[in-house]
Amino acid sequence: MSKLYFTKDHEWLSVEGSNATVGVSTYAAGQLGDVVFVELPQIGKTVKKGEDIAVVESVKSASEIYAPISGEITAANEALEDAPETVNEDAQGAGWFFKMTIADASELSGLMDEAAYGEFTRE
Amino acid sequence: MQQDGLQRTPLASLMEELGGKMVPFAGYAMPVQFPDGILKEHKWTRANCGLFDVSHMGQAFVVGPDHETTARALEALMPGDFVNLKPGQQRYTLLLTDEGGIMDDLMVTRSIHPHFEGWLMIVVNAAFKKEDFAQIESQLPDGVRLETAADRALIAVQGPKTAEVLQPLCDDSCDMVFMQSKATRIGGIECHISRSGYTGEDGFEISVKAGVAEDLARLLLKNKLVKPIGLGARDSLRLEAGLCLSGHDFDEHRSPVEASLNWAIPKARRQSGGFPGAKRILGELTEGTAQKRVGIKPLGRAPAREGTHIHLDGAHVGTITSGGFGPTFGGPVAMGYVRTDLAQPGTKLDLMVRGKAHPAEVYKLPFVPQNYYRG
Repeated sequence: MSKLYFTKDHEWLSVEGSNATVGVSTYAAGQLGDVVFVELPQIGKTVKKGEDIAVVESVKSASEIYAPISGEITAANEALEDAPETVNEDAQGAGWFFKMTIADASELSGLMDEAAYGEFTRE
Repeated sequence: MQQDGLQRTPLASLMEELGGKMVPFAGYAMPVQFPDGILKEHKWTRANCGLFDVSHMGQAFVVGPDHETTARALEALMPGDFVNLKPGQQRYTLLLTDEGGIMDDLMVTRSIHPHFEGWLMIVVNAAFKKEDFAQIESQLPDGVRLETAADRALIAVQGPKTAEVLQPLCDDSCDMVFMQSKATRIGGIECHISRSGYTGEDGFEISVKAGVAEDLARLLLKNKLVKPIGLGARDSLRLEAGLCLSGHDFDEHRSPVEASLNWAIPKARRQSGGFPGAKRILGELTEGTAQKRVGIKPLGRAPAREGTHIHLDGAHVGTITSGGFGPTFGGPVAMGYVRTDLAQPGTKLDLMVRGKAHPAEVYKLPFVPQNYYRG
C-alpha cells in the first residue's frame, strides 16, 4: 500500500517501502499550463533534498524541479520525452517524473498529506 | 488590479469575465491566457479566428497641414517612404536613434479619407509608448503635432476565418488586402480597420472608441469561430511567423540591418537617406554587419529561451533573443543574433541550455508560412 505526500514546491511522492515515485501535482500542472518539455535526472544520480534535479517547461516558461527528499534516482519516465503533454493529462499518474530511494525516512515527516496539500493550495 | 498600480484597458473587465488570467504587462493588467490555455489558443488562431485585446498599444496621430509635410516630418525619424504612401495604405517602420539603433517598431497609416489629409496614424508598442511619443513630439517641426489617442481601444482579430467573421458585420472589409486600411462600421459601430496583425495570419486590427470597444468585442465573440486569445499565444504566434518583439529581438543597440529588417528601408530612402543614423545604416546595407538576426531551430525538444548563449566549437558566437515552443511548428523555435558568417540556413550551432550544449541549426524564417491576404 503506497502513501501519498506533497511538497510546498508542488511535487507529489508516492512512497512504497524505501522507494518513492515523484511528479508534479495536478494543481501545479494546471498552473504551469501546457507542458512541452521535461528534462529528467540521470538514473544512478545521488541527490540531496532541495537540489534542482529536473526541469519542466511549459509554453510559457521553464521551472525547476527540486529533489523532495534525499536519495538515489532509480528510474526516469522516458515516455515524457516524446509525450510531455502526459504531465497535463495525468500529472499524478502516467505523468510521473522519476523514482528514487529514500535515504532518510525522517525527511518524509516534513511533507504534507493530501488533505494538508489541498488546504495549502486553497490558501 | 487597480491597487497594483496597473492600468486597465477598456476591455479588461470583459477579458476577466471570459476567464482571462490577468498579469502585469507594460504597466497594464492583460490576459496572458484563457481557460483553454496557450497551446489551444495558438492553434485556434491558426485555424479559425482569435480576438486579442491590444488596447495597451500606443495609438496616436501625427497631424500637419498637408500629407507631404507630415510625411516628411516622420521620414526625418524613420526610414519609411511615407511621402509616396497612398491613401488607405499602411507601412511597417522603425523609430531610430541618432546612432541608427532601433528604439521601437511601429505601423504608420495614411487615412483614405480626404478629411484627414495631413494626418498619419501611428501605432507603437505598449512598453515604449511614453518614450516613443516623447521622442517623436520633440523632433516634429513647427506646424506638425502629435495627438495621442488614449481614448481609443485596439482589437486584433486574426486567423484564416477572420474575413468570414467580419464580412456579414462589415461588408466593405472584404475588398481590402494586406496593409490596407479604412474607416468603416462593424455592426454599426464606427471604427478604423487595417488588414494587418502580429500572427502571420490574415486578419484585421480595429481601432475603436473606448466607450464602445466592449460592445464591439462582444459582437465579434458572438460568432462561434471567434475566441479570446491571450498574450502567451500572441507571443508564440508572432515568433513562429518570424516577427520581432521590440526590446528583445532588437533594441537601441541594434540597427535595422543587424536585425535583418532591410526590407523596411525602401529604395526611395536608400537613395535619399535623411533618417537618423543614415550614414551607418546605408553603409551596412552594402558592407554588411558583424552579426545578424536569424531563425534558429533547436534540433532536440528543449526550448531555448531569451538570453541562451549560442556556441560553435565551444566559442560564443551569438545569443537567443526570443525562444519557446511553436505549437503549429510542432517543436521549439527561436530567433537570435549570430556572426554573419554563420547566418546561412542549415548552419549547425550549439545552444547552451542549463550548462549543456544542445544542437540547433539556423533556420530560414518564418517557421510557419505567412498567410496574408493579398487579393
